[in-house]
Amino acid sequence: MGATSTETNMADPNATALARYRNDFLKEVEERVEEGPWVKMCMQCGVCAGSCPFGPHWEHSPQKIFMMIRAGKRDEVLRSDSMWMCTSCYNCVVRCPRQLPITQIMHGLATYAHRLGLAPKLQPTRDFSLQFWDNCTRTGRVNELKLTMGVYFKDGLAAGIRKGWEMRRVALGLLKSGRLNPFELFGGHRCKDQKGVAAMLKKAREIEEQRKRAPG
Amino acid sequence: MTKPIATGQTILVVGGGISGMTAALEAAECGRQVVLVEREPALGGRTGRLYRYFPKMCHPTCGLEINLRRLKGNPNVQVLTMAEVVGIEGRRGDYRARIRIRPRYVNERCTACGDCARAVDAEVPNAHNYGLDRVRGVYLPHPMAYPQRYVIDPSLVGSADAGKAKAACRYDAIDLDMREETIELHIGAVVWATGWKPYDATLIHPYGYGRFPNVVTSVEFERLADPAGPTAGRLLRPSDGREAKDIAFIQCAGSRDENHLRHCSRICCMASLKQTRYVREAWGDDAKSTIYYIDLRVIDRFEDFYQSVRKDPAVRFVKSKPARIAQDAATGNPVIHGVDTEGYHRYAATHDLVVLAIGMEPEANGLALPDDVVRDSSGFIEGSADGGQIGAGSSASPLDVNRSVQSATAAALRAIKVIHQTAAAES
Ligand SMILES: Cc1cc2nc3c(=O)[nH]c(=O)nc-3n(C[C@H](O)[C@H](O)[C@H](O)COP(=O)(O)OP(=O)(O)OC[C@H]3O[C@@H](n4cnc5c(N)ncnc54)[C@H](O)[C@@H]3O)c2cc1C
Ligand code: SF4
Ligand code: SF4
Repeated sequence: MGATSTETNMADPNATALARYRNDFLKEVEERVEEGPWVKMCMQCGVCAGSCPFGPHWEHSPQKIFMMIRAGKRDEVLRSDSMWMCTSCYNCVVRCPRQLPITQIMHGLATYAHRLGLAPKLQPTRDFSLQFWDNCTRTGRVNELKLTMGVYFKDGLAAGIRKGWEMRRVALGLLKSGRLNPFELFGGHRCKDQKGVAAMLKKAREIEEQRKRAPG
Repeated sequence: MTKPIATGQTILVVGGGISGMTAALEAAECGRQVVLVEREPALGGRTGRLYRYFPKMCHPTCGLEINLRRLKGNPNVQVLTMAEVVGIEGRRGDYRARIRIRPRYVNERCTACGDCARAVDAEVPNAHNYGLDRVRGVYLPHPMAYPQRYVIDPSLVGSADAGKAKAACRYDAIDLDMREETIELHIGAVVWATGWKPYDATLIHPYGYGRFPNVVTSVEFERLADPAGPTAGRLLRPSDGREAKDIAFIQCAGSRDENHLRHCSRICCMASLKQTRYVREAWGDDAKSTIYYIDLRVIDRFEDFYQSVRKDPAVRFVKSKPARIAQDAATGNPVIHGVDTEGYHRYAATHDLVVLAIGMEPEANGLALPDDVVRDSSGFIEGSADGGQIGAGSSASPLDVNRSVQSATAAALRAIKVIHQTAAAES
């Protein structure tokens, strides 16, 4: 497992989790993943799997993921890109006969996998989420131009230019209606109380750390 | 009408299905006085609307007939039909029950000759067939109806048809001046045998019941299979009257579902297994039945039945609760979409007809029961804390006929106990 000392454990959250939960992946999910305690309520009826509009494109449907969690398939679940495919349409949630908050669990699993460093690095949803978070927490405001550029150019200069060219009509339209300011690329405007936002985020992080440390 | 005689030692049985009839008869045969109150114009309840019943595949008429014979021979039971309990006050051993009786417009002189029915033109939905067809506005609820007495639908009263019916009757049995009345009875114990009703399938939106004509409920399917039903026993599709040979059964339609009924209705797995026999019987080797299920709950003594259906090559089992049903516009065929649990395969399966194995909801849901009556989280009646009111049969729990009869017999015994104790206290 590679967990040799407390220090390395601290440095590698995946190793810590492995050491703590060993083969009990269900327990790990119940304690560490948002809405995790719901997983055991799934009765494997299949309604969610058949209700997902993206269903045919996922490797593992929610139904299957819940079974894999119970079967202890930790790596397959956490390294999977399936839960990143969830578009939050809530179709499964409204139909689940057991009323599992499936959408929330999917996002919870994705977040947890990301924190442990197991999420697939090139997964586009993950990449976008990271850029979005970084972008909006820096100034307290989303800089749409920078965010768009970041997403377009993530696969290199040529790909970025091609994508930009494809979208030129939309960009022009936004520009004309005053929804896109090219000067945003240099600095850009920020929120009024940037310090306050930073303090708020810091506090939130603290609370979360505390909660994670609490025995449970 | 003549008001029944009742005292603090009388048992009131509410509901005249198989459970209510059983409870009433068991108590009456022990020498107790019973008033049996049935809301519909005839006794029998929902059992009478089944084509055959498991596990022996007998016709419901046989069970009903035996009970009706016992009833006719027993002076201790007074039957009130078209009657509903509208209020009960008091406590164990000393209740006052108010009962509202709707007019039948036909009195006890009726010989069930049917001349009145032949004289009228108006038609009304046939309640016995769950409204799948229509009957004349003056009717006998079904051939086995007890009492054997015609009924005039209230919508006819005041019309020319009502006059024609009255003129046609040679026995002076039609009385168009009958009025609704409410009577009050003094009683000692109450047995609630109000039974069940099929869950409203239109509420399960993804299955399209009510939007797609070829999606029917299991109770409707019983009527389609019955020679006395709307299709004279032929399994025909509602949309185009075509023969339905490839039939899908969807289990837990409305049951085991926090969005609908949270309980397992317990009989519907067996009901669908039974209904595959109807399909087999109708089409022989051309028959195709597919059962979509979460898990099959065919308990203990039904194992043999289950195994025999398992062996039938005409029946296929798919472990999956379908996500939704669509309709093929050109053919009207229902198409079932889902993912199976044994291998997680995605499917889109076309059938001639889909039968929803609909859940059993307590009929008393929506009824104002006395405050001290305890119900479980689904609304099934447990009884009152002081034991003076008792739930029986499928009003107490989703039960098949056999278990309903057991439950009703137990309820009769409890009611008798209440009466004994009341009598002892009074003397
Ligand atoms: C599709 C399907 C197939 C089935 N097949 C089988 C089978 O093959 N074998 C089997 O054993 N079981 C079968 N069952 C179950 C069977 O129908 C029940 O076990 C049976 O009907 C229970 O009888 P009951 O008297 O408790 O209730 P009910 O039959 O519902 O009778 C209740 C009676 O009470 C009356 N009532 C209701 N409310 C009031 C009121 N407020 N005042 C006065 N009267 C009232 C009703 O009019 C009715 O007559 C099936 C069920 C379904 C859904
Ligand atoms: S719909 Fe709910 S109960 Fe059914 S498989 Fe999905 S999560 Fe499990
Ligand atoms: S008896 Fe079968 S179909 Fe009916 S609710 Fe229970 S599991 Fe579902």
